[in-house]
Amino acid sequence: MVLVLVDHDHGVLDELSLQAVTYGRELAAATGEQLDALVVGADGSGVAGALGEHGVATVHVAAHDGLTDYAPVAAARAASEVAARTGASVVLAAGTPRGNEVMAHLGAITDLPVAADCVSVAPGSPTQVVRARWGGSLIEEANLHGSPALVTLVPHTVAAEPGGSGAGDLAQFTPELADGDLLVIARPAAAEEKAGVSLADAKVIVSGGRGVGSAEGFAPLEELAELLGGTIGCSRVVTGNGWRPHTEQVGQTGTKVAPDLYIACGISGATQHIAGCRNAKTMIVINTDPEAAIMGYADYAVIGDVSKVLPAIIEEAKKAKAG
Amino acid sequence: MDVLVCIKRVPLSGGKFTITGDGLDIESAKLGFTISPHEEVAVEEAVRIVEQHGGSVTVLTLGPADAEEQIREQMAIGADRGILIETNGAEWDPQATASAIADAINEDESDFDLVIMGNESADASGYQVGIRVAHKLGRPIVTGVKGITVAADRATFERPVKAGRELYEVPLPAVVTVLDGLNIPRYPSVPGRIRAKKKPIERRSPERPEPKLEKTRLEVPQTEAKQAQVLGNGPEAAAAVVEIFKQIGVI
Ligand SMILES: Cc1cc2nc3c(=O)[nH]c(=O)nc-3n(C[C@@H](O)[C@H](O)[C@H](O)COP(=O)(O)OP(=O)(O)OC[C@H]3O[C@@H](n4cnc5c(N)ncnc54)[C@H](O)[C@@H]3O)c2cc1C
Ligand SMILES: Cc1cc2nc3c(=O)[nH]c(=O)nc-3n(C[C@H](O)[C@H](O)[C@H](O)COP(=O)(O)OP(=O)(O)OC[C@H]3O[C@@H](n4cnc5c(N)ncnc54)[C@H](O)[C@@H]3O)c2cc1C
Repeated sequence: MVLVLVDHDHGVLDELSLQAVTYGRELAAATGEQLDALVVGADGSGVAGALGEHGVATVHVAAHDGLTDYAPVAAARAASEVAARTGASVVLAAGTPRGNEVMAHLGAITDLPVAADCVSVAPGSPTQVVRARWGGSLIEEANLHGSPALVTLVPHTVAAEPGGSGAGDLAQFTPELADGDLLVIARPAAAEEKAGVSLADAKVIVSGGRGVGSAEGFAPLEELAELLGGTIGCSRVVTGNGWRPHTEQVGQTGTKVAPDLYIACGISGATQHIAGCRNAKTMIVINTDPEAAIMGYADYAVIGDVSKVLPAIIEEAKKAKAG
Repeated sequence: MDVLVCIKRVPLSGGKFTITGDGLDIESAKLGFTISPHEEVAVEEAVRIVEQHGGSVTVLTLGPADAEEQIREQMAIGADRGILIETNGAEWDPQATASAIADAINEDESDFDLVIMGNESADASGYQVGIRVAHKLGRPIVTGVKGITVAADRATFERPVKAGRELYEVPLPAVVTVLDGLNIPRYPSVPGRIRAKKKPIERRSPERPEPKLEKTRLEVPQTEAKQAQVLGNGPEAAAAVVEIFKQIGVI
């Protein structure tokens, strides 16, 4: 059996978990096995319908008085119980912060290896996986020794698609939890008002690196972003210098973005920065160095000083807008 | 308050990676080495906690003898002492890494009120060493943290989520994995660097167990080799840039 750990937020299904279900369905079809899912928390039973449409035969619902908010150890404890009871050969989750976290707890509880951030899984003994390293700048092929195979899937490896012939039957159970399993539990803090476009969803990003020179140097980037209905991004050198907040950092340890247009100003193009913006549809670079590594990832370049080039672009853009 | 921070030595490459002939490693002969930004903020946070509450900061790494370089760098920031779990250069899988770290903690003279790790390592990014260490020690762990407040025997951790943030309150001793952006790490001072040379490092060298997550090949992903079309030099190129804005419909 292929078991998918499905995440939800008080009954609202996590989109990326549906991708994992879709991938799990393909795995189950290839090996002729059944596809099951686990949701944790009684309010998760509401997602059973959607899971059935995506091919899940049985939806195991771990219901417990203590399980109202996200509790990673308890979730993993419930997963180990279902995996053992059903004899799962593969346990799969989305490679999200929560998916990776619960899977690592499951690995620790069962003393089994975990392969995180996979882009492909071929069950067998050993299970062969292909996984991302360095935020996707390197690809690793690896053998995973142990059963069940515990894997998480890089988001957007497949698109979520309905299919299969699962009934989505509910099987509610009370997991056996020790006191310590509920020691770590999320207390939601008040949602923060976030002004403007979020970086991850922005269509246009004007991004600055060391070449912008200072916090004040970002003023023309802000002006251009405003003209284009976009938002500001930056490199780690910039956040490390305290010029901009970390929420604006693009890259391996920042945010991954996929805008229609990415304008990289004074950014050299280190792999760890590119790991965050390689999915931009169009990239324009402004850099004094025609040999900068970023030229190998960009569509267009202006060779020159950001502080001189940007004001000229802003002026032209204003003219174009005025028609 | 005694704090332990775990760091991992990784090659630092500005441009694309090159893979060794056997397809198993990054060609690192010409590269420098570093640690993940997640781990840099971990050390900075530990130093701040000890500045505020007293105690000591220890940095631990499992890696080759040369990983002493990464320990010394963090000592220049303010760590007091180092533990180097020496390997012969072969990488250890996450389970073996976590066991060796947990053993070192158990056998150390200090109980470490707080163990801080990166959320995922720079290179292998297994998202699990911290969690496995916590289970071996029987301590609570919170992952993906961007805010830490410690009191005498409790800590509160903040974790960013889509809708804002989650709070976790746990008793100490505990383990936490942190994210870049937790703080802005300081630069090492010259006196800091000089002091770092004399600080103690304890070495251990356990046997490497058989890997259960066994790397068989590394590959640089194929991306279309692009070369940016140069629109011009300096401010004169502005009109050409705005022409592109129009073509792709952002203006
Ligand atoms: C070149 C290369 C070859 C490899 N070869 C093999 C192999 O042959 N077999 C195999 O099984 N695995 C191999 N690996 C993977 C293995 O070394 C893991 O990277 C390692 O076990 C740590 O797991 P992780 O990086 O996934 O840690 P994560 O769980 O992503 O790391 C989280 C945090 O744990 C701490 N941490 C992780 N590693 C260490 C460390 N070494 N010392 C101190 N703290 C640490 C850090 O705080 C880190 O931020 C290889 C990796 C590389 C880069
Ligand atoms: C594990 C790991 C994770 C990392 N994660 C991230 C991450 O998430 N995001 C990230 O950005 N980095 C990350 N880094 C850091 C990364 O390796 C680089 O150090 C960083 O991206 C470099 O930033 P930069 O391009 O602004 O600076 P530099 O590399 O110094 O480049 C500055 C560029 O500006 C140009 N320039 C200078 N003056 C001007 C001027 N007046 N006008 C125009 N151009 C000018 C220069 O020619 C140069 O190309 C990470 C590193 C590691 C090891």
